[in-house]
Amino acid sequence: MNLLWLIPAFPIAGFLFLALAGTRLSRRAVSIVGAGSVGLSALVSLWIAGQFFVSPPAGYAYTQTIWNWLDVGSLHLPIAFYLDPLSLIMTLVVTCVGFLIHVYSAGYMSEDEDISRFFAYMNLFVASMVTLLLASNLVLLLLGWEGVGLCSYLLIGFWYRDPANGYAGRKAFIVTRVGDTSMLIGLFLLYRHLGTLDIQTLMARAAHQWPVGSPLAVAAGLLLLGGAVGKSAQLPLQTWLPDAMAGPTPTSALIHAATMVTAGVYLIARMHVIYQLAPSAQFTVGVVGAATLTLAGFSALTQPDIKRALAYSTVSQIGYMFLALGVGAWSAAIFHFMTHAFFKALLFLGAGMIIESLHHEQNMFKMGGLRKELPVVFWTFLIAGCALAGVPLVTAGFYSKGLIVWQAEASSAGRWGFWLVAVFGVFLTSAYTFRIIFLTFFGEAKSHVHKRPGLAMTVPCIVLAVLSLVGGFVKTPEFLGNIHLFTDFLHHALPPVAVAHARAMSELASEGWVTLALIVGFAVAYFCYIERPEFTASLTRSALGNALHRFWKSDWGMDWLYDRLLVWPVMWFARVDAGDAVDSIYTGIARLCEWFYQGVRRTETGQIRWYAAAIAFGTLIFVAVVLFL
Amino acid sequence: MMLVWLIVILLAAGVVAWLGGRRSAAWARWVSLLAVLADLIWAVAFWLRHPAQAEILPQGHWLAQFNVAWVPQLGIRFHLAMDGLSLLMVVLTLFIGVMAVLCSWREIQTGVGFYHFNLMWILAGILGVFLAVDLFLFYFAWELMLVPMYFLIAIWGHERRVYAAIKFFIFTQLSGLLMLLAILALYFIHHRATGVYTFEYSALLGTPLSQRTALLLMLGFFVAFAVKLPMFPFHPWLPDAHTEAPTAGSLILAGLLLKTGAYGMIRFVIPLFPQAAHQFAPVAMTLAVVGILYGAVLAYGQRDFKRMVAYTSVSHLGFVLLGIFAWNTLALEGAVVGMIAHALSTGALFMLVGQLYERTHTRDLTRLGGLWSTAPVLSGVGMFFMLGSVGLPGLGDFVGEFLVLLGTYRLHPILTALATVGVLASTFYGVQMVQRAFHGPNVHQWKIADLKGRELLIMAPMIALLLWLGLYPLPVLKTFAPAWKGLERTTRSLTAAARR
Amino acid sequence: MATVPMMHALLLAGILFALGLVGLLTRRNILFILMSLEVMLNAAGLAFVAAGARWGQADGQVVFIFILTMAAAEVAVGLALVLRMYHRTKTLDADRASEMKG
Repeated sequence: MNLLWLIPAFPIAGFLFLALAGTRLSRRAVSIVGAGSVGLSALVSLWIAGQFFVSPPAGYAYTQTIWNWLDVGSLHLPIAFYLDPLSLIMTLVVTCVGFLIHVYSAGYMSEDEDISRFFAYMNLFVASMVTLLLASNLVLLLLGWEGVGLCSYLLIGFWYRDPANGYAGRKAFIVTRVGDTSMLIGLFLLYRHLGTLDIQTLMARAAHQWPVGSPLAVAAGLLLLGGAVGKSAQLPLQTWLPDAMAGPTPTSALIHAATMVTAGVYLIARMHVIYQLAPSAQFTVGVVGAATLTLAGFSALTQPDIKRALAYSTVSQIGYMFLALGVGAWSAAIFHFMTHAFFKALLFLGAGMIIESLHHEQNMFKMGGLRKELPVVFWTFLIAGCALAGVPLVTAGFYSKGLIVWQAEASSAGRWGFWLVAVFGVFLTSAYTFRIIFLTFFGEAKSHVHKRPGLAMTVPCIVLAVLSLVGGFVKTPEFLGNIHLFTDFLHHALPPVAVAHARAMSELASEGWVTLALIVGFAVAYFCYIERPEFTASLTRSALGNALHRFWKSDWGMDWLYDRLLVWPVMWFARVDAGDAVDSIYTGIARLCEWFYQGVRRTETGQIRWYAAAIAFGTLIFVAVVLFL
Repeated sequence: MMLVWLIVILLAAGVVAWLGGRRSAAWARWVSLLAVLADLIWAVAFWLRHPAQAEILPQGHWLAQFNVAWVPQLGIRFHLAMDGLSLLMVVLTLFIGVMAVLCSWREIQTGVGFYHFNLMWILAGILGVFLAVDLFLFYFAWELMLVPMYFLIAIWGHERRVYAAIKFFIFTQLSGLLMLLAILALYFIHHRATGVYTFEYSALLGTPLSQRTALLLMLGFFVAFAVKLPMFPFHPWLPDAHTEAPTAGSLILAGLLLKTGAYGMIRFVIPLFPQAAHQFAPVAMTLAVVGILYGAVLAYGQRDFKRMVAYTSVSHLGFVLLGIFAWNTLALEGAVVGMIAHALSTGALFMLVGQLYERTHTRDLTRLGGLWSTAPVLSGVGMFFMLGSVGLPGLGDFVGEFLVLLGTYRLHPILTALATVGVLASTFYGVQMVQRAFHGPNVHQWKIADLKGRELLIMAPMIALLLWLGLYPLPVLKTFAPAWKGLERTTRSLTAAARR
Repeated sequence: MATVPMMHALLLAGILFALGLVGLLTRRNILFILMSLEVMLNAAGLAFVAAGARWGQADGQVVFIFILTMAAAEVAVGLALVLRMYHRTKTLDADRASEMKG
């Protein structure tokens, strides 16, 4: 049972080894070390999960303290890992999907000269992510949190010779740290009023000390939400994620789709007691999710770049998770996190294979007809796409998303508005997903395939495709077998959703509407990109269509706004004040002395008779003063 | 007795290095290195033997002390004493001292003997500052470290060295004179109250003062330390001095001289004038926060690599000042860790700039770029210390800043929030520095040698210590804890006495 | 014995002093400046003697002797300096020797 520390230890060891000796190893050895360390970590977490299922510990949770980190006055912060169903599921997904993506990377990056640096960063990422998930206190969580942010920054800017990549990396780091600032303040507030930063103690004390609706709980909830929206690329801090696609594609799959960006979801689920005590903060979470999922859906519809389209899709899907959190459907959010990790990672891996086989072409309008050329990629991508859209019955996405949509209304915190937005989101998801599939795989071929993916790349994709299909059968609706393994297990850590039975719509009706929205979305995509592509083209050429297209494509103009509101003023000030205005006070004083000296030195004529005259005159004045005053 | 030896060894080594340095540069270097190393080993051994149970009290429980009469007629004593705080600072001083000798190994080629004389005497002066508990002796040591530092900048500095050296001297000298005035005033007031002439720290604690006098005297001390720290708006000497000084000079300035300011605040300003300091705290804390933000944004705007690092010091020491004036356990522990971490991360960045300058002969960030492809180790090390500087959890600076903010929050949530924005602002300059120096295309076709041998030997312990401080700061926290308890008890009893 | 009223003596001293001062300020030849200086010194000395006589104290004469000695010393040093100056500047014009101009 005390193997828990090995889960982060293996990737850290891999990181250290690769960072110190990586350049001296062969590419093959680097891949083996890089993927192997995460593989070992995945094995350990599977073993621990097995143990956990077979003989659950008392209270379905245990803590392993490694060493005493900070111990100051009343503040006790150990480096300690806490395992409960929530962190266990997340860790399992992160290490297993992480391992698959590492294997894929071994193929994808095999010709890159900096492969050891790549795997070092990736290993560091897995270690930080696992630390984030297993942390027993918020400061250790923050360590992982910042660690993943750092790795994200490093990996986005991995190909550092291109300044654009560096820009995207810096943007990601800074924007997420804007959120982190809010989260840090949240930590201070929690410690100030609850006297601890250990998550479980914190939850217990909050529930004990704060009444429902307490302003402190609301403040804490909103401040933590600030951190979560930064890391999870939700409104209003979502602008970094699409740019983050500058990184290597496995990075996009691992960090910017499957794992890191869902850290915000994890944080809110972890701190759910705070949100239960602060209904208004929780409602804000829901609103953020609902708003993000629609806005990002529109943006995804207009991207020509396949990776950017997928990135907006990620933002939108995390919006679903936030929506679920916002209505108290904690397990539904984690469920969607899991299925999303499978199919979205797969979509990115597929996109990576497409891009590589087309000589780094990312524009979907220059692809097409790849169905025949890349059959494995096509089928796995199709499965993942269907799971993303939520094709009923057979895909994992259907179960997780359907659950969220239904509970957006049925939960006691649910609202009709949420449900409507969620269903509309399904329509958008379906439309943009099939748009991507139609543009890349159907129609006539516009580019030549010059390279086909090897086994190292296809095998992980097939595994993920299988998971995207069967991953949803751990929790099915009542009318479809009513399996609730997943939620039952999670309910040891997260409270079950409170269903308002009196007014709730039935799960079947909700799923019906979802399916309808899906079909409409599919039909629209089919009409626009297969049936009448010329109609779509003319639509985007019309004045209104063009304006909307540009507006959505530029992410509702938010980058534009932030540049003018925040970025430019700071840069302007830094540039203008580079010489330090404060310094001019002191140089001003110095200048004054200099000036005074210039005045006084004129009296030093060097002529003795002037001096004599001055002495005489001075004496005269002196005597006069003495005599007459 | 050990305390005197620590200082005397350095003073003697300085003279020997100077005399011998005329014949052989290597002699001067080795003598200095061995002297500082011996001191360091001695101090660390002492630390390991004494996990610091002693407290600083008016009754006087010190870890070690040395106390003889110096000028008995005036009540001046040669009194050195060490508690947990001084111990940490002494070890830091000697460690940075070793680094300073090592990083001058190749950079300094002219006047090697006199250079090392100055280096040793600065270190001795700093040790004196950290150890003196007789206020006259303290002032003496305070001035002692100033003069050699002036020479160090003015002789071995870069292009505008004389300007920078004079600026440094005027700022610190003027503010030091204010402190001298305050010390003398305190001395005479104490005499009037008790009939005893003494400069002894523990005796002067709790000298009865009217509120106005206390505030004035407190400001006298405060300004001297605030200039050294440096606090906004007294910081303009620092970018010039840092930029123009030779690498070891910048290292000592950032790593040690600034710390003497913080140390003075902790040791003198608040314990001597607890109430006045309490009244003044909101002002000091506001200035600290302004400094944090201002320093960070200005660092972002700099083109000169060294100047940029210099402004980050303004930002980081703002956190230290904030923590000191919050005057509670968390904040003070954070301030001390922050002081040490800043010495390591910023000191290392200065050494890195020095190494870069030796290779490229430029400090202009816009002329660098793309160095990762030609010197990956150097760039990686630079990245590491940048991360320390931006407060990445797991590295020393984070522990300091986090504890300071956590401790400050209970007093001033708004100020704390603004200071937290300062952590964010540090990201601006951090990532920009990496981008401009190491990432991006190698436009200027730099082909430089990577770090090796001696340079790695310098950087490795800095990296290890910064990690150690970030992941296992307990030894430092525990060493300072009893000293802090003593200081806190002193101020609390004095405040209570004054209320009565 | 008829005594000169002190006022007369002081007036004379004042006139002598003023003459000396005017000479000092208007003459450019350094030798004349030195001579004017002597006149001023003697004017001061006269004032001392007169005052000493008025109050019947010896101090006035003591100071006059002191002034005499000093004047002698001053002339010695002054003339030596004038010589040196003449060697350097080849002139006795005080206005031309303005090397100390700030």
